[in-house]
Amino acid sequence: MSKRLTTILLLAPAGLWFGIMLVLPLCFVVVFSFGDRAAEGGYVPALTLTQYANLPARWAAFRNTLTLAPLGTILSLMIAYPLAYFLAMQASAKWRTLLLILVIVPFWTSILIRSYAWIFILGGQGVPALLNWLGLGNPRLINTPFAVLTGIVYGYLPLMVLPIYVSLERLDKRLLEASADLGAPPFRSFLQVTLPLSLPGIATGCMLVFILLMGEYLIPSILGGGKVFFIGNALVDLFLQSRNWAFGAAVSVTLVLVMLVTVSLYMWLMRRLGGARDDVSLI
Amino acid sequence: MKAYAAAVYLFLYVPIAVIAFFSFNAGKSATQMMGFSVQWYGKALSNPFVTEALRTSFTVALTSATLAAVFGTMAALALQGMKGRIRVIADAMIYVAVMVPGIVIGIATLIALVTLFGWINPLLLRIFPDGHAPQLAMGLVSLIAAHTLFSMALVIIILRARLSGMDRSLMEASADLYAPPLATFRQVTLPLIFPGILAGFLLSFTFSFDDFIIAFFVAGSETTLPIYVFSSIRRGVTPEINAIGTMVLATSLVLLISAQLVLRRGTRAPPA
Repeated sequence: MSKRLTTILLLAPAGLWFGIMLVLPLCFVVVFSFGDRAAEGGYVPALTLTQYANLPARWAAFRNTLTLAPLGTILSLMIAYPLAYFLAMQASAKWRTLLLILVIVPFWTSILIRSYAWIFILGGQGVPALLNWLGLGNPRLINTPFAVLTGIVYGYLPLMVLPIYVSLERLDKRLLEASADLGAPPFRSFLQVTLPLSLPGIATGCMLVFILLMGEYLIPSILGGGKVFFIGNALVDLFLQSRNWAFGAAVSVTLVLVMLVTVSLYMWLMRRLGGARDDVSLI
Repeated sequence: MKAYAAAVYLFLYVPIAVIAFFSFNAGKSATQMMGFSVQWYGKALSNPFVTEALRTSFTVALTSATLAAVFGTMAALALQGMKGRIRVIADAMIYVAVMVPGIVIGIATLIALVTLFGWINPLLLRIFPDGHAPQLAMGLVSLIAAHTLFSMALVIIILRARLSGMDRSLMEASADLYAPPLATFRQVTLPLIFPGILAGFLLSFTFSFDDFIIAFFVAGSETTLPIYVFSSIRRGVTPEINAIGTMVLATSLVLLISAQLVLRRGTRAPPA
């Protein structure tokens, strides 16, 4: 059997699968986004920009997503950076692997059930009851933007820690020694050496968290109680309740476009930072 | 610094512990601990809706992870060392499969398959006019197909990292010693990449078993365990859901830690 034929046969199943289950469906979404809603729900073929002109009708979902997603990304970064720093610079080699696994593992477990856990912690019997007992008032936490942000940081923290860890771990430690030898106090070394050199990791982490957050549905619907809704919630509503497929397709295309802009921005930034374009293993 | 790290680990694991803790509640309330009991595990496992959802989830996870491991490995082997246009297209598709949000993949699959079925089903009626025409609908098969897509991308990514770190001279040596390609594959390549395949299978299984959003769109009338849990949560929190949640988390944790061990053991240099 020729080498060429072997390659084709090996690639055929995966190729067909990607064609039928990925490329074709994405083409359908684009075509549908220029269509119209059928009277009884669903889709009728058309070539119109009505759906895109209608996007402002779902402005609240876009606004919520485009404010809470960046906010959640920044909060995750602020919490993740010191942990990544600790893992890369201070943790003993013996424990480092285990500690890293402990960061990765939650990311792969059910986000549905992990978000559900916060209903207990933020609900009336949880943190508010504790605060009340301490005499700090009885704030309402569940079904607020605060609860959604907590869920976001909790769910996506691992995704932020790993790329930052990788960039800090690769950092040439001799640079820090040189900085210290030249009389820079530790904090100044951090600001002038460590932080700039870990920017590629920060950029990767922020990009990953942000684009995954753009499509989030579970966290706002479980912890936001219908009051804080994302584009994902609008999409579920459009497809499964109001059955307005054409409009839903237009919202999906817009969502993917916003993501593409983010990724391009990231690529541009990475080129400017001159960072290594290695894949960060999230596995 | 250590104290800070400990606090973050607590933040990551306390919620999981909270669910596990309340799942052993003897009382009926989800949030008031009334003594220790495993009754809710018994109740959950004798609830026919739960067992049915569990069976569906298990079938889908097992089938899609197996398909992904086989086809993904084949594709990764073909792509190894390949350059040119096919490679660029393959990389782009893998990237898109992983990066496009699950919700968009779910929606896209739903509208594509429903439309295609709408075209094919009348044809089938015409081909089988005797009233026994098979009709296509969203369900188990569409769910397996959608999960296989993401999992296949996952397997290819894991294996690519492994194959690129592999010593090619081993395969060349095998060929120099006149081993036919299939023998080289069986005796050299496969043992080297097997940990990667196994880890990919375990991760794929976990992904499929935990996925909610894609299944929500493409499962048709089927109910997977995450779909069951989600609709139950909307009706309120119960110790039964805590018991199911604890079982799901425990399953994922065992699979994930196995995957990590397999991957890390596999990368260690063999003894000289």
